[in-house]
Amino acid sequence: MRAGLKTASVQVFFVLAMLALWFGVTSAAMLHPLLLPEPGKVWAQIQKLAVTGSLWKSAQVTFYEIICAYVLAAVPGVLVGFLASRTVWATRFFEPIFAGIFTVPLVLFFPLFIFFFGIGPNAKIAFGAVYAFFPIALNAIAAFSGVDPLYVRGARSMGATTRQLFMNIYLPGALPGILNGLRIGSVICIASVLGGETISAANGLGHSIALSAELLDSAQMYAWVCYVVVIVVAINKSLSAIESMAQRRAQ
Amino acid sequence: MANSPSNVSPRPFESMRQLASNMVVGRLALLVILLLAWEIYAQFFADKAMLAPPSSIISALGPKIFGDPAVFAAIRLTLYELAIAFSLSIIIGLAIGVSLGLSDFGRSGLLPIVLLLYAIPQVVLLPLVVMLFGIGPVSKIVFGFSHGIFPVILTTVTGMRSVSPLLLRGAESTGASQWQLIRHVIFPHMVPTVFAGFRLTMTVTLLGVLLAELFVSISGIGYYASVFGQSYDPAPLFALILTLAFMAIMLNEFVRILERRFSRWKQ
Repeated sequence: MRAGLKTASVQVFFVLAMLALWFGVTSAAMLHPLLLPEPGKVWAQIQKLAVTGSLWKSAQVTFYEIICAYVLAAVPGVLVGFLASRTVWATRFFEPIFAGIFTVPLVLFFPLFIFFFGIGPNAKIAFGAVYAFFPIALNAIAAFSGVDPLYVRGARSMGATTRQLFMNIYLPGALPGILNGLRIGSVICIASVLGGETISAANGLGHSIALSAELLDSAQMYAWVCYVVVIVVAINKSLSAIESMAQRRAQ
Repeated sequence: MANSPSNVSPRPFESMRQLASNMVVGRLALLVILLLAWEIYAQFFADKAMLAPPSSIISALGPKIFGDPAVFAAIRLTLYELAIAFSLSIIIGLAIGVSLGLSDFGRSGLLPIVLLLYAIPQVVLLPLVVMLFGIGPVSKIVFGFSHGIFPVILTTVTGMRSVSPLLLRGAESTGASQWQLIRHVIFPHMVPTVFAGFRLTMTVTLLGVLLAELFVSISGIGYYASVFGQSYDPAPLFALILTLAFMAIMLNEFVRILERRFSRWKQ
């Protein structure tokens, strides 16, 4: 607990030092204002984006894409993870295939998603779903194949049905690994949706950053970056907290 | 179930080898079936403007990818950017990682800053990086480097911490200098951890370089990807992407071989 407090205070100190540096550099006019605008101007843009509602309009699109993509990754990911680990042979057959595909940076295939789905939200949903599917499935395979076969045999010999076997033996036994995969998947899902929006989109948070950079409105771009960083870090932190809470309850 | 390794066989090695070869044959068979299904679907059922059969993708490789000097140059440039970004990540990441891992101040005072920066979703900074460094190779190298350096720093610090304090105290008490300590005790012990991190570094560096390449759609690979896509000519688009995917797999295997070579001393 004390180490965590120390870490947090170092981080807060660093952020404050960076802010001070930002004020210093811009007031001494050491960098072109296009590259690093004054903090006051960025603050004005931060307020403007919230007041005019453009923040909510962009965030809505991005949240919609992230949620759809995540559901489309998580449900098949866990299901495929379960099916692929039914026998030792299947695990050893399928696991290297998924692991091999996942080592290729899947952003390579993003032009194909644009080609098939256009530049609307569907391309980002499909891209985020495919990217996040792999860590979820890989962790689910590892988790399900790690369930002690003794429990399975015990339950079966007492006459458990397949459904009961899944709900009462496999799922609780594999839960910690599945949760871990779901959290990694959420980080990857958010990053790939934002990345897709940045590369090619008509709206959304990633697109707003890219558009204001293209228009050379750097104060607005920094404002968007601030918002997105805060939102994403907050989501990731709270999901980690939920995961560790669930892990503790699962034990 | 005949292949299950839990079956006790009189010659376990034989059955293991059989199992392994079955796996490879099985995966190849799966690949062939998928390719055949794709070929048949694309030839007879799909819209030709949307999906190309594997045969025409392969025949597009020659004239449209490797035969076109401009496309080939774009791929070569990407490899060159990747090589520089990867080497910079490793050299600078190792230097920062070692200096952070050496002292208590580094571990408790500076490492939290690295972790804070690592938590930032880097892709939101992509437009800023291109604005700062232009649309040329520099911005791609910078973006690949900023992705690659974090795993190197973190695995280096972890690797240095994995050295038993007993060995450190032993070396110190026999009068080893700081440099001797690093060279003869810390360095050999952190090699396996650090090299295991190199494969992740390769993947994320390539991710960064490709993100920047695709974001800048007026030159390089991003340009050809959007040109092929907009002209509704799927064969060269698929061929370009498969070439890059093949490249990624080869690089990954290359780092895996390096990793095996360098952690051999521990066995």
